[in-house]
Amino acid sequence: MNIQVLNRPSDSAKNKAKMAIADCDIHPSPKSMEIEIYPFLEKRWQDYLESYGFIYRQGFPNGPAFPKGQPDAARRDSYPPNGAKPGADLDFMRAQHLDPNNVQLGILNPLKSGQGLQNGDFAGAYCRAVNHWQIAEWTSKEPRLKASVMVPFEDGVTSAKEIDHWAGDPNFAQVLLLSRTAEPLGQRKYWPIYEAACRANLPVGIHAFGYGGTPVTGGGWPSFYIEEMVGHAENTQSLLASMVFEGVFERFPTLKVILIEAGFAWLPALKWRLDKIWERNRAEIPHVTRPPSELIREHVWLTTQPMEEPEPKEQLLDTIGWIGWDKLLFATDYPHWDFDDPARALPVKIDKATKEDFFLNNALDLFGLR
Amino acid sequence: MNAIPSSGAIDCDIHPSVPSIDALLPYMADHWRDTIVQRGVHELETIAYPKNAPLTARPDWRPEKGLPASTLAAVQSQALDPFATSIAICNCLYGVQLLMSEDMAAAFANAVNSWMAAEFLDRDPRLRASIVIPTQNVEMAVAEIERWANDKRFVSVLMLVMDENPLGRRLYWPIYAAAAKHGMPICVHAGSAYKHPVTSVGWPSYYSEDYAAQSPAFHNMVSSFICEGVFAKFPDLKVVLAESGFTWLPAHLWRLTKFWRGLRAEIPWVDRTPTEIARDHFRLTLQPVDAPPDAKAFETLMEHMGSDEMLLFSTDYPHHQFDGDAVLPEGLSPGLARKIMVDNPKNTYPRLQ
Repeated sequence: MNIQVLNRPSDSAKNKAKMAIADCDIHPSPKSMEIEIYPFLEKRWQDYLESYGFIYRQGFPNGPAFPKGQPDAARRDSYPPNGAKPGADLDFMRAQHLDPNNVQLGILNPLKSGQGLQNGDFAGAYCRAVNHWQIAEWTSKEPRLKASVMVPFEDGVTSAKEIDHWAGDPNFAQVLLLSRTAEPLGQRKYWPIYEAACRANLPVGIHAFGYGGTPVTGGGWPSFYIEEMVGHAENTQSLLASMVFEGVFERFPTLKVILIEAGFAWLPALKWRLDKIWERNRAEIPHVTRPPSELIREHVWLTTQPMEEPEPKEQLLDTIGWIGWDKLLFATDYPHWDFDDPARALPVKIDKATKEDFFLNNALDLFGLR
Repeated sequence: MNAIPSSGAIDCDIHPSVPSIDALLPYMADHWRDTIVQRGVHELETIAYPKNAPLTARPDWRPEKGLPASTLAAVQSQALDPFATSIAICNCLYGVQLLMSEDMAAAFANAVNSWMAAEFLDRDPRLRASIVIPTQNVEMAVAEIERWANDKRFVSVLMLVMDENPLGRRLYWPIYAAAAKHGMPICVHAGSAYKHPVTSVGWPSYYSEDYAAQSPAFHNMVSSFICEGVFAKFPDLKVVLAESGFTWLPAHLWRLTKFWRGLRAEIPWVDRTPTEIARDHFRLTLQPVDAPPDAKAFETLMEHMGSDEMLLFSTDYPHHQFDGDAVLPEGLSPGLARKIMVDNPKNTYPRLQ
């Protein structure tokens, strides 16, 4: 997590020699909603937005429930010189991130995308607009970037239609959901999403954050942003338990799930716990015919940022061993403040082949881009 | 069980159950006795432990009639004698914390404590208990702690991991002040007051998910206690996480410590790493183990814990966490077993010394 701005010299010749990476969590923003999103949004919804704004399952329409640690949750050096917001200027993103870090594949995860809006029709229309915008402003201009199909996930049927609409379009690499849903993601109202994603042969990414309206702990609302941030790991554990115990992976055997920005070191202990619970409660969940650890091993990938930092740092190797080196996808979270720098993120030495898999090949394989 | 030290083990989490609401009536004031009868108040059993669910009681610990663990004889012959237990701490899980009325909760909490003292503590010198408190009203909760403070057989204060508010929140601090004053740790036990869904994404479909959700809730509450500054305010306070599992703790502390490095300006009273604070203040009971599949991995995990002082022996009786006498996990060294069974409990509960 770099919040100090370090003016490291950039040497383009040296950058060329750097190992290529995939960054599975990049956050693009529009320079302006009116200029970049409105062209893809019906007049009706533009008027609606002007009148009522963004209404989510939270009280603030234009800010998070917990104020962030930095303005726009952004790296202080990520504001483009032309005055655009962090992540809103492609040329600056190239110069600051894609080129110097030799990003060969970048997955775009738009955040203010219509997801979580309470008005379902508006949510669907806004997601559609954001999908068009990702192509118009990003992937059509920069072949290293791939878009995510944004879907109004609280409405499974409409979401499935959105996925079908873009199926086969090479601009898109995954379907994207947020983790803070209104119900646990294994529940049946969400199944049309998984069915359509399998049909389109797209993995389903689930990014931390969202607007489920439920306290971020099972015991009420915490006081601090740090608790919410750390709590995304716990939130993700509950949604994964739901997907396992509802039988999602047995019902959709080709489904691939990517858990984004929720950490990963918690996974082994969760698998051990779920296996034990499964064994004890087989009669309650007879549709789950294999141990949860096996289902997770087969169906779930995790992005690395923010990477856990044990002391001593070598303990991370034990943990990754329990998860599987092939299940981790490198991510930076550019342009956010808790960006993991690929040159410094992995605090331990590993062999070259494993390193290439970790930083690049796992992602190319998962997205079918090798 | 050849690892049991000759002095006997200290079991930090057993669950005598209230046999029926009628058993509490003798310990209630007339008004509440009448209320319970006239309004037909139901048993306060909760969905945290459905009566016949496999986890709720081991098959060989289920009586032909009545509830498991509801008689002294059952507790003695099933929980104490087989494990050569010298001392066992009773954490009663009757659903007092779920009630909406503060007054009714206070009446039930007092009745449960009185019942526990009369039916168990008075009748077997090996037994100790945690004080059940009505967290619905902090003043009443403190009054209940004060009521039992002079009875040294009450060794800690019981709260559920999921209450109406995160447990580090300042509104609960008078409870911690009272506990610290009397040399009692706070025992945070699995379970919910069900004032919120058990997961941060709503109510789950299956009991299996409810029990899975207990673990994330413990992670959240470790964050809450640390981030709110409870231990800066009460430097002598210890918090026992009971029926929490513990194999999750290292990874959670890695994450919390990383975020603390980036966000500590928000919580300036947290002036050292959450990992260090946790090792000084949190203790975790042994069962359920949620163990990795082999002994080698368990040993590695113990290294990740970074402390041999945090685990406290427990059977979690009568819950079905293990079979026979296999209460100690594979990979636990004899030295660590001794610490877990005797030394660590004694160092955690001043009233056991």
